[in-house]
Amino acid sequence: MKAAAFDYARPASLELAVELLGSGDGSAKILAGGQSLGPMLNLRLAVPELLVDVTRIPELLRVEEQGDAVVLGACVTHAAIEDARVTDGTRGVMPGVARGIAYRAVRNRGTLGGSLAHADPSSDWVSTLAALDAAAIVFGARGRRSVPIAELMVGAFETVLAPGEILEAVRIPKLSSGARWGFHKVCRKAGELAEAIGAVLVDRDRGIERAVIGATGSVPIVIKDAARLFEGRREKILDGTLSDFPEWRRLQTHERLGSDPYERQIHLVALRRALVQAYEQ
Amino acid sequence: MKQINLTVNGELCSAQVEPRQHLADFLRENLLLTGTHLGCEHGVCGACTLLINGEPARSCITYAVACDGAEVRTIEGLEDDAVMGRLRAAMSRHHGLQCGYCTPGMLVTARDIVVRLPDADANRIREELGGNLCRCTGYVGIVEAIRAVLDERSGRKVDP
Repeated sequence: MKAAAFDYARPASLELAVELLGSGDGSAKILAGGQSLGPMLNLRLAVPELLVDVTRIPELLRVEEQGDAVVLGACVTHAAIEDARVTDGTRGVMPGVARGIAYRAVRNRGTLGGSLAHADPSSDWVSTLAALDAAAIVFGARGRRSVPIAELMVGAFETVLAPGEILEAVRIPKLSSGARWGFHKVCRKAGELAEAIGAVLVDRDRGIERAVIGATGSVPIVIKDAARLFEGRREKILDGTLSDFPEWRRLQTHERLGSDPYERQIHLVALRRALVQAYEQ
Repeated sequence: MKQINLTVNGELCSAQVEPRQHLADFLRENLLLTGTHLGCEHGVCGACTLLINGEPARSCITYAVACDGAEVRTIEGLEDDAVMGRLRAAMSRHHGLQCGYCTPGMLVTARDIVVRLPDADANRIREELGGNLCRCTGYVGIVEAIRAVLDERSGRKVDP
């Protein structure tokens, strides 16, 4: 299993990278850590004419504190987040999630932005950063724009990124000191892609209470007003009698959880376990 | 073809490579460093794990062209490494291999565990080994070998 022939370029600036992406027959792909694209190339699921390696563009490697947020360049690796070698404004949430992504050899090369742009429904970052209300900073020929991570994906392996646009960085709001977090991933082997993800953020000082069901067949289910769903129901969450609520029963039949009862069940279990983590604290 | 300059096992190396050639093929076919093994060739089995800039990486899904300027260390380049020496002895003592196909990648990951996670217990070792498949041993001997080296290094009691 060898990749088909492709050309390779390693531009030093975002402008050059955008120019290269627009060149040729339009099949050029961005290469960051290559931990998802590499297998796709070797299996010839992806056959681009050109790879544009963005790992040495300074803006994509930056780490900045901006008041109430931290901006991480797209090429920051999962391992750098895991080891807290980059600023963490999430009080350990992101390092904890990073540790559960694939394997260390993959985390050493795989990148935050690559994972988001690849838009695998099972991605830990797609669900986590949607729950954290992070936003992607996107660079294109017409300048920069910001896209909330919850709105980045339009389907499995599809994003709102237009051809020639590059996911440059991610802006992650800092959590307040009272914030509580729950995250549960269902996978049968350590490091495997998730079969289901539940993520819950309760940050009342910032008026944020969010729940996410991820690793659906497509876009994660983001419940932005989770307070309405769970407020005053701590006991019900902890003793697992959530199905008493009509809102929970509506989630059980959510179209994005499909029709397979097992699939629906593991996604709701993942969310319930994340809720328990967040509400037990 | 693209020109690359990199360091392999401490030696400077310049070469012309096709962009589609992955690092493992470059090392095996161009430099005849056949210690790096190829199992699945799509980043799942871990047999091809080696060190790029000191960190474990899959050489089958890393292209040689992207390693321009990098420092690569293969199993051959770890012959005189003190931790690796201990791991080799422990793997032998604890029957951590049978056919040996996964062993180069397994040793690179084992070394990373020993160096990075000095307090790892058996469960953590197993979790960290999740990305290196071994179909012979059932992992018991490998986990014991890594534990033994961790114990030796921390001065804890050493299993016979």
